Amino acid sequence: MLDAKIPAGPMAEKWTNHKFDMKLVNPANKRKFNVIVVGTGLAGASAAASLSEMGYKVKNFCIQDSPRRAHSIAAQGGINAAKNYPNDGDSVHRLFYDTVKGGDYRSREANVHRLAEVSVNIIDQCVAQGVPFARDYGGYLDNRSFGGAQVSRTFYARGQTGQQLLLGAYSALMKEVAVGNVDLYTRREMLDLIVVDGRACGIVVRNLVTGKLETHLADTVILATGGYGNVFYLSTNAKGCNVTAAWRAHKRGAFFANPCYTQIHPTCIPVHGDYQSKLTLMSESLRNDGRVWVPRKDGDPRKPSDIPEADRFYYLEEKYPSFGNLVPRDVASRNAKLVCDEGKGVGGGENLAVYLDFADAIKRDGRDVVEAKYGNLFEMYERIVDDNPYETPMMIYPAVHYTMGGLWVDYNLMSNLPGLHVLGEANFSDHGANRLGASALMQGLADGYFVIPNTVGHYLATAGPSEITAAHPEVKKVEEEVAGRINTLVNSKGKRAVNEFHRELGLLMWDGCGMARNEAGLKKALQRIPELRQEFWEDVNVTGSPGTFNQCLERAGRVADFMEQAELMCLDALNRSESCGGHFREESQTEEGEALRKDAEFAYVAAWENTGDLSNPTLHKEELTFEEVHLTQRSYK
Amino acid sequence: MAGKLINITLRVWRQSGPNDPGKLETYKADGISTDMSFLEMLDVVNDGLEREDKEPIAFDHDCREGICGMCGSVINGVAHGPQSETTLCQLHMRKFKDGDTIIIEPFRANGFPLIKDLAVDRSALDRIIQAGGYITVKTGQAPDAHAIPIPKPAADIAMDAASCIGCGACVAACPNASASLFTAAKITQLCTLPQGNPERTTRVIKMVQQMDKEGFGSCSKYYECEAVCPKGIKVENITTMNREYMKAMVSGK
Ligand SMILES: Cc1cc2nc3c(=O)[nH]c(=O)nc-3n(C[C@H](O)[C@H](O)[C@H](O)COP(=O)(O)OP(=O)(O)OC[C@H]3O[C@@H](n4cnc5c(N)ncnc54)[C@H](O)[C@@H]3O)c2cc1C
Ligand code: FES
Repeated sequence: MLDAKIPAGPMAEKWTNHKFDMKLVNPANKRKFNVIVVGTGLAGASAAASLSEMGYKVKNFCIQDSPRRAHSIAAQGGINAAKNYPNDGDSVHRLFYDTVKGGDYRSREANVHRLAEVSVNIIDQCVAQGVPFARDYGGYLDNRSFGGAQVSRTFYARGQTGQQLLLGAYSALMKEVAVGNVDLYTRREMLDLIVVDGRACGIVVRNLVTGKLETHLADTVILATGGYGNVFYLSTNAKGCNVTAAWRAHKRGAFFANPCYTQIHPTCIPVHGDYQSKLTLMSESLRNDGRVWVPRKDGDPRKPSDIPEADRFYYLEEKYPSFGNLVPRDVASRNAKLVCDEGKGVGGGENLAVYLDFADAIKRDGRDVVEAKYGNLFEMYERIVDDNPYETPMMIYPAVHYTMGGLWVDYNLMSNLPGLHVLGEANFSDHGANRLGASALMQGLADGYFVIPNTVGHYLATAGPSEITAAHPEVKKVEEEVAGRINTLVNSKGKRAVNEFHRELGLLMWDGCGMARNEAGLKKALQRIPELRQEFWEDVNVTGSPGTFNQCLERAGRVADFMEQAELMCLDALNRSESCGGHFREESQTEEGEALRKDAEFAYVAAWENTGDLSNPTLHKEELTFEEVHLTQRSYK
Repeated sequence: MAGKLINITLRVWRQSGPNDPGKLETYKADGISTDMSFLEMLDVVNDGLEREDKEPIAFDHDCREGICGMCGSVINGVAHGPQSETTLCQLHMRKFKDGDTIIIEPFRANGFPLIKDLAVDRSALDRIIQAGGYITVKTGQAPDAHAIPIPKPAADIAMDAASCIGCGACVAACPNASASLFTAAKITQLCTLPQGNPERTTRVIKMVQQMDKEGFGSCSKYYECEAVCPKGIKVENITTMNREYMKAMVSGK
């Protein structure tokens, strides 16, 4: 049985009590402890800066050339916080409640409550750093409603919220680098975790410029390496997003939780060719004013503007009258797939798109009002698609966007491996089976600014310093294994390009473990993945040598790990024969075709242990109990 | 929307390392869809090179949606290419014609040592921020976010300046290889907001000094930086920086 170490006491007091109960490291001793933080996104940068401010010696790593380029930078929409500035009835309890319900009752209540509690501190911190959130004419912060929330609790900075929050955290980090308390290692990729006698105490990284392997040891390792959506090849993630750090930790003993929970975002620009390298998200805020529809008649050849009202199927408005176009992401995505599967899709080619139409909004509010709200998004759409959304409806289709699964952590954000902490998208914790809009930014910063600075101290005060040195045989062994893998990759002189394999894996995953899954499809994927993996190792061609700046090798290493992790995702999806949140199992639906949860069987976190046999991992369960939020079947009708 | 197929010739700067000789190599890119992004076109060329067991062209990129600032090369003499306010990753092949020859070179500047092919080292920009591009507030010290209302016009100016993505195109485009636009944008953001006031004087002095130390040139008002900036950062920021700098020097801090 997995112990989540949830503190006792009433929900609203758990965190406060826990902070008091945890051990502290005295100020003079903090500088004796070394902390490794891998990742400089919202979670990593905020953690590294905060821990350094407290006095710990921090080493911070990222793969990009600057910490400011972590993928958090791309978040557009906003960040939630229970400030209740608009006086519309929001509270910590309501944010907590909405997040547990939105996650389809597959998250840990105590974590979510803490997240809601510290959400308010995040906004204060960011404003103090100079984050230019949107303001009203009185000079106060503006809020909007986002992703179907019934209150306005989302703070935003134009369409660049992630960028501004990240630059805030980055500036705090730069301040600490300047003082000499954080050593920054950019263009470094973590390729393995060092675990000695069960305790995580270091990492092996590759210097991406020189190709040299480096070993870094510390008293604790914090991973904040983001999500693994790129297992699908096409996703809204940046090209460098990977599962390597998390996967390597998993292979050293860390449990991987709920890998099958992926979020498919409903409003992305559709795929337009085989060469496509990534998908672009159009902010969900568009659904506040855009109406989603397809022609009622399959394959209707008319231009959208020539199709009269009666021949249009506003499927979200018809099926979900009370939420309409603002249903949660999983519901919106699934329904887009449904109408396209029925042959009603638009866009030519494979007709995998639906309309998002602003004509009514423009008629109602005027073009200038629509432009003020969405101008930059319309421009981005036009730049990519070469179509003017003021005149003709946008075409959108769902795309892989976020991964709720990740390394298992307890309430202190520590994995089952003592010494290994995991923050941000890389852990599995707060979003259950479906993440609500504007809550990933909140979680990343909550973990980094307000949770880990408390819980790391408790761990270090309890465990004491690590005595492991670079001469330890286990350290040498890990270094040799990493070097060996790299050599195998560069020596496999096959015929196919790395991207070809990645694309093939992505398609396989999208078909078998994408928006809707069933037993037969998953079993087919599970048969194919090991074959593809073998073909990869036999027939991939990695050019160049390992001791240089070698982007082909970088990609190959990441694809190799996706090839392994993909299998675990499918096994997890197969095991969970219920529908919940982003995981829609076709065998488990209501008569009306809505997701059907099976609480009696599946109200647990599935945490998988690597056994050395990729096809036979061991399942550990963390039972989820709900004290505060009553389990109900979600309904958005 | 439907794109068509074009054939183009690429002349790409290839250089194995900072101390190796470099030169322009020619590659044919045939059957390129005009719906492709520029970087997707390079992917196609690279996949072909890998299949022939040749080293792909090294170039930096990540988000491919114009926000991370990781991409950037000089395309036919223009940083980020011909489309205004557009990063290289957001440039699409429909901006080119069948039969075109495209010359692709790295961002060149003293402050940006070359790593390989089109990839350069822009860590000097991080060091300029380390010199003072922040507000000193520790985690947990912040007052309530509504404690200080900020007039919307000031908030908007700060936001405009803050939208810099740190790509370095301004440096690459400047005949003096100056990092003034980058540095000025951060200074403007922080001096426009009341939170940034306590460190206003020291910040501008330290950041400007660091910019010089990194080997970036000074601003002679060519304004090429504004012309190539993918985020439309305005040269007025440089005026603000200069004014702040003068004030700081006069106040003698
Ligand atoms: C297009 C888009 C829009 C979004 N919009 C929103 C939004 O509006 N609101 C919201 O709440 N959420 C949004 N999200 C989700 C949210 O942005 C992310 O979940 C969140 O920012 C992740 O932060 P992170 O710190 O966990 O990871 P990241 O920001 O992904 O950072 C990962 C870090 O780890 C480093 N790293 C990764 N692998 C390695 C390795 N092997 N070795 C060394 N370093 C490594 C990287 O260099 C990077 O520094 C959006 C996501 C996308 C893709
Ligand atoms: S790749 Fe991120 S801005 Fe171009």
